[in-house]
Amino acid sequence: MDTKLAIAKSEPIWNTNIRVISIIAGLIILLFALPLFGMNSFYLHLFIMIFMHAVMAQSWNVIAGFSGQISLGHGAFFGIGAYATSFFYMEYGVTPWISIFFGMFVSAIFAVLIGIPMLRLSGHYFAIATLLIGISFQVVFQRWDLVGAASGLWVTMTPEDSWSALQFHTSKAPYYYVFLIFFLITFFLVWLLSRSKLGYRLRAIRDDPQAALSLCINVSNYKIIAYVISAIIMAPMGSLFAQYILIIDPDRVFNIEISIIVLLITVLGGIGNVWGPIIGAAILVPISEYSRIYLGGTGGAVDLIFYGLILMIICIFRPNGLISFIPKNILERKKQQ
Amino acid sequence: MKILTVQNLSKSFGGIHANRDISFDVEEGSILGVIGPNGAGKSTLFDLITGFTKADTGKVKFFDKDIFGISPDKISNLGVGRTFQKLKPFADQTLLENVMIGAFVKEKDIKRARDRALEIIDFVDLIEKRHHFAKELSTGQRKRLEMARAMAIDPKLLLMDEVTGGVDQKTIPGLVELVKKLKKTGVTIITIEHNINIIMEISDNVLALDQGKRIAFGEPKEIQNNKQVIDAYLGTFDAA
Repeated sequence: MDTKLAIAKSEPIWNTNIRVISIIAGLIILLFALPLFGMNSFYLHLFIMIFMHAVMAQSWNVIAGFSGQISLGHGAFFGIGAYATSFFYMEYGVTPWISIFFGMFVSAIFAVLIGIPMLRLSGHYFAIATLLIGISFQVVFQRWDLVGAASGLWVTMTPEDSWSALQFHTSKAPYYYVFLIFFLITFFLVWLLSRSKLGYRLRAIRDDPQAALSLCINVSNYKIIAYVISAIIMAPMGSLFAQYILIIDPDRVFNIEISIIVLLITVLGGIGNVWGPIIGAAILVPISEYSRIYLGGTGGAVDLIFYGLILMIICIFRPNGLISFIPKNILERKKQQ
Repeated sequence: MKILTVQNLSKSFGGIHANRDISFDVEEGSILGVIGPNGAGKSTLFDLITGFTKADTGKVKFFDKDIFGISPDKISNLGVGRTFQKLKPFADQTLLENVMIGAFVKEKDIKRARDRALEIIDFVDLIEKRHHFAKELSTGQRKRLEMARAMAIDPKLLLMDEVTGGVDQKTIPGLVELVKKLKKTGVTIITIEHNINIIMEISDNVLALDQGKRIAFGEPKEIQNNKQVIDAYLGTFDAA
C-alpha cells in the first residue's frame, strides 16, 4: 500500500483532541455542579430556558441544517408534546415520564402524515406549507373542547414535590437537572447522527438532491426520516415545558414564535453544525431574557428591536453563525497533513 | 455481453424533441463515446437512462433488467453511476466526505466506508486533498471528485458527462489517463465528450447525435468517415 494512503487510513475517525474532550467534560461537570453553588431561581430558570431552547433548536437543525428543509411550523411538535403529557396526566393520571414517549410517538405520526405530502415540495414552498400547518394546529386546538379549547389545560398540581408527576414547587433545581439531562442526551444522539451513514446522507441531500439520487439515496424517504427524528426531539421539550409551567394553551405552545425562535437560535449559532444550536441558545436566550427585563414594557418593543439588531449584525458579518469563529479543525476531525 | 440496451428512446419538452427514437447497445467492459453538437440531446440521453428524466417512449435494459421509468436512486443501486455536466459536488463537505457518501452504499460501517473512500481517492490521485472542502478544489479536481464519488457506489456502468469540459489544456491528459485506468478496472463507460481526438482515442464505439436523433453508431474510424457526422459535427475534421 502506498505510504500516503496508509497514513490517511491510520488517521482517527473521531476527534482525538484531548484538550477539546477535557473542556467538554469539564463543562458538563460544571453544569451539574452549578445548582449546588446556590444559584437563585432566576438563574435556574435562565439555564432551564437555555437547555430547552438548545434542544428545540437542535431539533430544527436536524431537518433544516442537516437535510436542508426549512420548516417554519416546528412549534406544532412542541405543542403536541405539551398537550400529550398534560392531557394524559390530567385525564388518566399517566405519569409524564410515560406520556413524554406518547407525545414523541404522536409527533412522529404527524411528522409522517405531514411529511409525505409536504416534503415533495422544496425550498420556499415547503417553508410556506409548514408555516400554515403550524398555524392550523393552533387554530384546531383553540377550538377543541376536549383539550380545553382556547383556555387550554391547567395541570392538576400535586400537594408536594413529586418526581413521578414531574412537579416541583419548592425549587427549580430538579427541573434544571431534568432539562440538563435531556439536553445532554439529545446533544449526544444528534452528534452520533451527524457522524452516521444517515447524517452523511442527509447532508448530501441538503447540498445537492440530484447528486444524492445518483448515489442510491432515496431523497424523499430520507427527508421524511429527518422530519420524524426532528419531531421526536422537539416533542419532549413541549412535555417538559408543560410540567414546568403547569398551564398550557394553544397561544402559548403552538405559537408561531416558537418556530421562529428555533430558527433564529440555529442560524445565530451555526446551521448544520451540532454545536450551533447550543451556542445560539446560550447567547440568544439570555439576550432575550435580559432585553425583556431591562427594555421590555416600554411600549415600543425596544427589546425586540435590540434582539433583531443583533441578528442582523450576525447575518451580515457571520452568515455561518457564531460557530464560524471557532477554527473548524478544533471541533471536527483532526487533520494530519 | 450487452450491459445496456436502449431501444427507441424518445423525449419531448413541449414541441422540442430532445431525443427521437434512439437505439443502441453497449458491450460490457467497453467505452462508448457520445458526440454531437450543442443541443443534440446528449445530456438528456444520460438523464433518460439514469432515470432523472422520464422518457416518453422506449425501452432501457440494464443487463436483462428493464429500468425504464425506475427512479434514479434505484437505478444507481443496480450499479449505474453517473457524473454531471454541471458539476454537483457536495460543496460544504470535504472530498473524503463526498466520496464516503457513495461508499456507504456498499459499506455500512463508517471505518470501512472511509477506507474504501480513501482507496478510491488515491485511485483518482487526490489523496493529499482529502480534507479539502469540495468548494476549495479546482474544476479538474472536482471532475476527479465526481468520478471518485460515482466509483464509490461500485458501478458496473458509469456515465460521464464531459469529463474534460471546462478544464485547462494541461489538465486534460491526466483526466483522459484516468478514464483509461478506470476502464482497466472492468467498469463499462459511456462518456459524452466534445474533444473529438479524445473520443477517438478512448472509445470502442461512438454514438453520434444531432437534433435529438442518432445519426451514426459504430467504431471510431467509421464515425470519423461518416458523411452525416462530418456534416453535422466534425466539419473538415483532420485526425492528426
